Amino acid sequence: MMKTTTSKLAVLGIALVVVLVILPLIFSGKLYYMGVLTTAMALSIAAAGVWLTFYIGRINIGQGAFALIGGYACAILIMKAEMSFWIAMPLAGVFSAIIGVLIGYPILRLRGVYFAMITLSLTETARLSAQSLSSLTGGAKGIINIPLPGALEIFGFTLIPDFSTIDSHLAFYYLAAVLLIATYAAMYRLVNSRIGWLFRSLQQNEDLASSIGVNIAMLRVIAFAISSFLAGIGGAFFVAVQQSVYPNTFQVQDSVYFMLYCFLGGLGYVFGPIVGTFVLFLSFEGLQGLNEYQPLVYSVLMIALMLWLPNGLLSLGEGRRDKAARSAASAKDANVADSDAKAKG
Amino acid sequence: MSILEVRQLTKRFGGLAAVNEVSFNVEAGEILSIIGPNGAGKSTLFKLISSFLRATSGEVIYEGENIVSKAPHIVARKGVVRTFQETTIFKEMTALDNVVIAHHLRSRASLAGFYWASRTAKEDEAQFRESAEEILNYLGIGHVGNEIARNLPHGYLRALGMAIGLAAQPKLLLFDEPFAGMNHEETQQAVKQVYGIRDRGLTVLLVEHDMPAVMKISDRIVVLNFGQKIAEGTPTEIQDNEQVIEAYLGREDEEIGL
Repeated sequence: MMKTTTSKLAVLGIALVVVLVILPLIFSGKLYYMGVLTTAMALSIAAAGVWLTFYIGRINIGQGAFALIGGYACAILIMKAEMSFWIAMPLAGVFSAIIGVLIGYPILRLRGVYFAMITLSLTETARLSAQSLSSLTGGAKGIINIPLPGALEIFGFTLIPDFSTIDSHLAFYYLAAVLLIATYAAMYRLVNSRIGWLFRSLQQNEDLASSIGVNIAMLRVIAFAISSFLAGIGGAFFVAVQQSVYPNTFQVQDSVYFMLYCFLGGLGYVFGPIVGTFVLFLSFEGLQGLNEYQPLVYSVLMIALMLWLPNGLLSLGEGRRDKAARSAASAKDANVADSDAKAKG
Repeated sequence: MSILEVRQLTKRFGGLAAVNEVSFNVEAGEILSIIGPNGAGKSTLFKLISSFLRATSGEVIYEGENIVSKAPHIVARKGVVRTFQETTIFKEMTALDNVVIAHHLRSRASLAGFYWASRTAKEDEAQFRESAEEILNYLGIGHVGNEIARNLPHGYLRALGMAIGLAAQPKLLLFDEPFAGMNHEETQQAVKQVYGIRDRGLTVLLVEHDMPAVMKISDRIVVLNFGQKIAEGTPTEIQDNEQVIEAYLGREDEEIGL
């Protein structure tokens, strides 16, 4: 017990040093790579939300909608209400979460492919709404020339300097890293607390959960609100990096990718979406040279992964332990079948 | 004293009245069984009482309060808890964790408290674990507490279902066919467990097919046929009731001499 805790802490420490010190040192000045890493981190934040909806047993292909809502909320708050980015970003997350509650409450009672199809259509609905609400969103032209995040001051003490006065690529990298760490620390705690047990009970059997007094409707909405919040934060971050937002900033394709990131990393592991996002997003960037064959190569890879690693990349680490457990379990199954046969005979 | 009063309870599916104006009382501390031939409306009645279905009309009065068509978790909170047939468990959790999670209604800490691991939350969790172990031991399955539930054999799953129901601290426990698919020995064991649950001060209502077990275990029996109550009484009264015999065996047909 002690040992696993220490080794976990060591892994965590090394990961933090790599993310916060080594990677920026290697890639500083190489804008393309810094950009790719920053994007992958921001995508991981929104993917964490999708993972949580999977965790309560719902297939969520609508994360792009909530990222778009968050992105527009942030842009509008900065441009029209002249708010600081540091207030606009959390508000964008909250706004997405509120929309998530309003939409989630009626649709979360659906399951399986029905829920998935509705969420899929949400992304398209969000895009079309952004296009047609042109007085607020600027229509197809979008909102452009959004200023970089300004300084964050508390009691005259500058906590974060104005991004336009420093290396903004590095600044965004660090902002993404901090948000990523905060998101996954919060998720880890959530999943390992009793709330995580309640979410798992929903995933495994909603009827049984409600029969023991669990308010399943409320828990589902809570999970979906957290998911939408994370999408809103991710979307707001993107808009700040690109300094613009268009109806096409997040599309159906993005929603599908968020879902694939979770599949790839493993739906049973809270850090699965990070692994999935990084592997898939970085391999995308790597496969860019293949141009039109990129989706083909990439779909073959995905199919192969799902065939041989249905529990995601992170299940590789459990290989040996799992195998031992599985053979023990199947031995027991055989015993049970045996004794059943005897009982019947 | 009646703990539960079912009054004129009706459920229609389209033109079909699956349960038609059924009324009966459940007395505190008794074991009451609902029986009837296939399609008599037993399961529908069961789901109406536990609020897994909305009634078309009628009332279910529990401790003086109408609970009909409320959300299942609210009914559970008041003390009416149902169990399921054996496949309905949290399959990917250990048997012990199944019962720990079922202590949900006893939580004193809020969700936020559980998130931040407040002192109340820690006390709750320790207490749930202790109580879960006690319940598993009581039902004689304490030794498989750390097994993943889906690996457990049939009889153990049934007991686990009961354990989950008990953990929710009901006053009225509804059993959905607790003896279905069991051999004689397993049924004997399950009958003992149901008696044990009643001795813990609970009232038991069960829906069951297994006639010998029902006759043995019940204080009173309610018989349904085609959605209507055709008889109510002690096991001996039911055994001698002509309408019941007719419902199960069919009427004698004089013309063809059967």
